Amino acid sequence: MKTLRDVKIGEIVRVVKIHGQGGVRRRIMDMGITKNVDVYVRKVAPLGDPIEINIRGYELSLRKEDANIIEVI
Amino acid sequence: MAITIAVAGNPNSGKTTLFNALTGMNQYVGNWPGVTVEKKEGQLKGYPDVRLVDLPGIYSLSANSLEEEIARDYLLTSNPDVIINIVDGTNLERNLYLTNQLAELDIPIVLAINMMDEVQKSGRKIDSKALGAQFGIPVVEISALRETQIDKLAKVAMDSAQQKQTAQILTSFSCGTEKALSDIEKIALDDRVKSKKRWYAINLFVRNDLVKNDLNLTDDQSAQIEDVIQKCELEYEDESYSIVASERYDFIELVLNNVYETKKVGELSSSDKIDRIVTNRWLALPIFALVMFLVYYISINTIGTMMTDWTNDVLFGEIILPSAGALLEQWNVAAWLQGLLVDGILAGVGAVLGFLPQMIVLFLLLAIMEFSGYMARVAFIMDRLFRRFGLSGNSFIPMLIGSGCSVPAIMASRTIESEKDRRMTVITTSFIPCGAKLPVIAMIAGAFFGERAWVAFASYFLGIAAVVVSGIILKKMPMFQGEPAPFVMELPAYRLPALKSVFTTTWDRASSFIKKAGSIILLATIAIWFLTYFGWMDGRFQMLASDQIDQSILAVLGNAVAWIFAPLGWGEWRPVVAAITGLIAKETVVSSFGIFYGFAEVAESGHEIWTNLRAAFTPLSSVSFLIFVLLSAPCFAAIGAIKREMNSAKWTWFAVAYMNLLGYVSALIVYQLGMVFQGNPFTVGTAAAIAVVVIFLWLIFRPAPKPAADSKLEQAKARV
Repeated sequence: MKTLRDVKIGEIVRVVKIHGQGGVRRRIMDMGITKNVDVYVRKVAPLGDPIEINIRGYELSLRKEDANIIEVI
Repeated sequence: MAITIAVAGNPNSGKTTLFNALTGMNQYVGNWPGVTVEKKEGQLKGYPDVRLVDLPGIYSLSANSLEEEIARDYLLTSNPDVIINIVDGTNLERNLYLTNQLAELDIPIVLAINMMDEVQKSGRKIDSKALGAQFGIPVVEISALRETQIDKLAKVAMDSAQQKQTAQILTSFSCGTEKALSDIEKIALDDRVKSKKRWYAINLFVRNDLVKNDLNLTDDQSAQIEDVIQKCELEYEDESYSIVASERYDFIELVLNNVYETKKVGELSSSDKIDRIVTNRWLALPIFALVMFLVYYISINTIGTMMTDWTNDVLFGEIILPSAGALLEQWNVAAWLQGLLVDGILAGVGAVLGFLPQMIVLFLLLAIMEFSGYMARVAFIMDRLFRRFGLSGNSFIPMLIGSGCSVPAIMASRTIESEKDRRMTVITTSFIPCGAKLPVIAMIAGAFFGERAWVAFASYFLGIAAVVVSGIILKKMPMFQGEPAPFVMELPAYRLPALKSVFTTTWDRASSFIKKAGSIILLATIAIWFLTYFGWMDGRFQMLASDQIDQSILAVLGNAVAWIFAPLGWGEWRPVVAAITGLIAKETVVSSFGIFYGFAEVAESGHEIWTNLRAAFTPLSSVSFLIFVLLSAPCFAAIGAIKREMNSAKWTWFAVAYMNLLGYVSALIVYQLGMVFQGNPFTVGTAAAIAVVVIFLWLIFRPAPKPAADSKLEQAKARV
């Protein structure tokens, strides 16, 4: 299963499903990361974490461990 | 007619600017009851009957965070007459997610599309009429920054309120979902609620347990509803919250199709171009260091110090105090009254005003960083470091500001989303040496260590260590435990900060500080003045001269408690009392020593008294004293700020007690173990110090205990 964490910088992927449980999952969906949306991974923070993605026209920062629950293709 | 307007919208949508434009200076800033979240209310300019309530910036009403809970509770229970939903015109897609949910609340709602000036500049077009038609709500295009169409917005809102016109068209979900929702309505809602039926149905569908409890469903109804949900989940091969979220966004995409040209994914905006440098892998940290250096330099070294010095030396030193003194002499005012007015009240006022210039400048720079969008970048860059200690990147700014002054630093923790993190940050921020502690450091460094710079470095290192250690220890305690707040954070577009908003925010913070902390400082200064200049001499209770202070009440009290500090190496009344006067302002420690050794005035680093100090302390005990002053409770101004942020006496006491405890045991460990290393015999004190070290290590390295059996609600929240 490929997750958002595995995506390289500069790649565009499509979201398949959000796994996991709890508040982070809901928060991620509220912010627009839902099934079938396109995501562009723009960069990684200087210290290696979090990552910055472009989604629905805005920039979102996400920790790698949270990006791991987002299945993409 | 009396109307209440609730202003709701995403963070970074320009809500603050809009609120300021609508209310002018008629605002009141406080806290929502019982929590650390700021609440703003105001009166609509020109309409004394119309009240505006600013809801916290939120992305959704699903109550994932404290802010969302507050907004939701308010909208459900306080029944405002109309909602102004402000959305960012350059970023409609995500903003409309909240709109979607607000529309279901059966409250009249007006959509305000903000940042139209930017939209027009970018050449993108928005068909607002069509957009409004799709939702069935009135739409007004505004620019809060340029105050365009603000009056129109207010009028439309008031009209909607009077006509009780709610949203005509709500989100259409897919067939299966709509069926599930209507089933739920039949099972539990038809005879229970009159309005907001759809909202309740959707919330039950996504298994919102808070709503479930509010409705008092029977077990049978709960079971039936669960059935309905699971059937739908099976059909869609997805979980209910996910279904709803996806379909909401699908609806929004549909709506925007003809209305708005959405951006291509990955498109590089001008903000992104700036970020290529600002959050660049190699340049980010140096740039950040530069920015913070500038902030610090401008606020403390240049403008701040200039104005503080002018206030203290010229305004008070040359103008006010001498004139007041002369005036009082002329009027033959009694000595004690003169003392009260000049050394008590005026000195107290001076202490407060002495803070103000630096703080205002810091508040200003802070506001600029917030409104420009740079703050979010800092959190982004620093997050990894702070995650180790159970905090997030957002906690970094307060720490940094704290190197100038704790008061704005504590107030800056307002931007931290998680209440637990906020509390932890408020408690630990004061460990970073602030500007007022520098004179104390300089005094010790000068008297005992040949003014070497390493003493200052060590002090900062101590502060940082205290923050880190406290973070680790506190995070493992039950009151701070819990799921770490998710760090899913928007990086808003860079914007030139609206000067009006910047100034209003700065003014808000400065005036609230003056009101709250100012009164405490004034009272405390008067109290300390009284205790210092009154005592028993020759059997009589009378006012004392400067060289008779060792007979004062303060000295008596100091002697009475001095033994507590004997294990720290300085159990004598002068250092004890000096440390206590540090509560007024940390630099007062230096001037207090000056007074005790007979100098009415001493230089900042107190070099006049170095000889006296060398007689009273050893290098080791001076270090112990320094550590205590650095780590123990901050000045009253900061304590006042803590009280204001925590919004709770209990938490304020906890913070103060924790800091004093940490200061005490740290000084204890250093002194006792230092004595042994210097070749002194092992004593009870040494044993105590070692015991404390062991406890420390245990608190730091023990595995985080499992959270106590939470209430059903907490578990339910975590389940989905």
